[in-house]
Amino acid sequence: MNLLEIKNLTKEFNAPGSGIFSRKKRIVHAVSDVSLKLAQGETLGLVGESGCGKSTLGRTLLKLYEPTSGKIIYSGQDITDFSPREMKPLRKEMQIIFQDPYSSLNPRHTVGEIVGASLRIHRKGAKTSEKLEIQQLMERVGLNPEHINRYPHEFSGGQRQRIGIARAIALRPKFIVCDEPVSALDVSIQAQVINLLDDLKRDFGLSYIFIAHNLSVVQHISDRVAVMYLGKVVEVAKTSDLYTRSKHPYTRALLSAIPIPDPEKERSREQILLQGEIPSSTNPPSGCVFNTRCWKAQDKCRTLEPKLAQIGSNEVACHFPEE
Amino acid sequence: MSLLEVSNLRVEFPTLDGIVTAVDGISFKVEKGETLAIVGESGCGKSVSNLALMGLLPKRGSKVSGSAKFYLGPDTNELINLPEEKIQKIRGNRISMIFQDPMSSLHPFFTIGDQLIEAHQIHNSVNKEESTRKAIELLKKVGISEPELRMKSFPHQFSGGMRQRVMIAMALINQPELLIADEPTTALDVTVQAQILKLLKDLQQEMQMAIILISHDLGVVAGAADRVNVMYAGKLVETAKVNDLFAKPMMPYTSGLLASIPKPDSEVNRLSVIPGQPPSLLNVPKGCAFHPRCSFLDRVIGGPNLCKEKEPELIEKESGHFARCHLESHVVLKK
Repeated sequence: MNLLEIKNLTKEFNAPGSGIFSRKKRIVHAVSDVSLKLAQGETLGLVGESGCGKSTLGRTLLKLYEPTSGKIIYSGQDITDFSPREMKPLRKEMQIIFQDPYSSLNPRHTVGEIVGASLRIHRKGAKTSEKLEIQQLMERVGLNPEHINRYPHEFSGGQRQRIGIARAIALRPKFIVCDEPVSALDVSIQAQVINLLDDLKRDFGLSYIFIAHNLSVVQHISDRVAVMYLGKVVEVAKTSDLYTRSKHPYTRALLSAIPIPDPEKERSREQILLQGEIPSSTNPPSGCVFNTRCWKAQDKCRTLEPKLAQIGSNEVACHFPEE
Repeated sequence: MSLLEVSNLRVEFPTLDGIVTAVDGISFKVEKGETLAIVGESGCGKSVSNLALMGLLPKRGSKVSGSAKFYLGPDTNELINLPEEKIQKIRGNRISMIFQDPMSSLHPFFTIGDQLIEAHQIHNSVNKEESTRKAIELLKKVGISEPELRMKSFPHQFSGGMRQRVMIAMALINQPELLIADEPTTALDVTVQAQILKLLKDLQQEMQMAIILISHDLGVVAGAADRVNVMYAGKLVETAKVNDLFAKPMMPYTSGLLASIPKPDSEVNRLSVIPGQPPSLLNVPKGCAFHPRCSFLDRVIGGPNLCKEKEPELIEKESGHFARCHLESHVVLKK
């Protein structure tokens, strides 16, 4: 059974006009027509370069942004048009971990207040048992429970990310959107946090939507991976299928651009170098969004938008998929 | 003969809580035309050491000592504590820098052309037409299309990757002997990163310049570097040719870093980690600075107390491969 399903989800933002006095409205097509499923206990990786809409998608499906169109179905109920009041009981079950462990924690609140905030909002319990619960949470994520009265600035980046994780798991959620949770951390600390997320998933039966631009990290943690480009999902597959048998030219290029930490392999491999950069999402290309950078693009790609279709083990949106 | 010879470089910042030794006596050489990578985690001193070389640290509030000899033809220039007007003749001319964030390193009020021309005119007594021609030539070289038109653009009209190309053009306009690239691709997307790394490599061959590449990304280092310096808590802890370092790291910190990267082809479910976190520079552990995080202490002949008490020297363990560690060189660190 799917825990979460999104159908044709679209999120557009109004962008400021091109000049100060311009009345013409420009629209940023952050997420357009995305359909995805997340099964119970699954980790779905979302990868893509900056501006591809992966973070917007993560926030829209939590209804932190109101979707422009499309449907969000959570545990069998359509929550697309739920009011904040209707959402409140569901908020316990869905949480988010942010990228920047500096700006996502209130500097004037102690760890205890930060981690305990959701406990106080969502249920009324005795103060004494609450403190114990917070300390257990801190211990669970590898923080010293004696530090409950310390402030965020007294912790390192990795420890702060652990505070953010403790806050997210406080209400025993069913699923967590992890929005670049390790990108701001040093390599040796990244591994610690990834292992922690892995353990929590197993212990609490969590499902993750794991957003990251680091493809090796996503590969490590995900069961399935969706690749996004300019607001669209261009390929979805099981992790092993995506990394070994990708069909979309963009996925191929993206994978080939990851530097391999091994000098001999890194220098001998074939690399696909893409030309140019991602076009603006206020004015996406017609047809296939990738056609401006694709080496296989033909007339059809510039006029007709390819839909996601099953090709072998992968779902791919491409007119001329790779073998 | 080397191009740059740094010996015993030390950078201290007095703070309210005590003296922070950001760089603690590092020595290394850069040969002509080679790429030397400096890796390490945040706060290990990799950026500060290079800012010190370029005289870019605030005069008040920092203390730089040691020596950095920069050999230019028959001349030897001592870079450390060189008077401002003298270092300005070298900086941006014979040694250039590019930084991580291409947005904040370009002036938002001036056109790309103005900034490139200024960089050329400061160091060359030529007329403006000559500098304009040079600027256009460089923009073309870094892969910017329609360079004549783009000269009139402002930085905000460029994307991140294009801005980094402009920064590279500006750094190379005077054909420096040495380019210091401080995390040049960290702010860029991976497909754009691949373009920029390729560009730097091509330009390096064409111009025969040396590069100091500061990076925390071991994948980038594996592809770009000839030699690698690993820094930890302000000290150089390992230095070797790139192949030797990745194939046989000789310091547990280096092997731990290598092991903690998720590998594309590994099937292992758990990442191996380095426990704990880098030390505060106000309170660097006694003995080997890495010993509280090291998992090889009991493999040391002489016992764990040796690592806790006595700081190891940076010694040559194998030909050209130096490490700061009490372990015997035959102990295999790779897992």
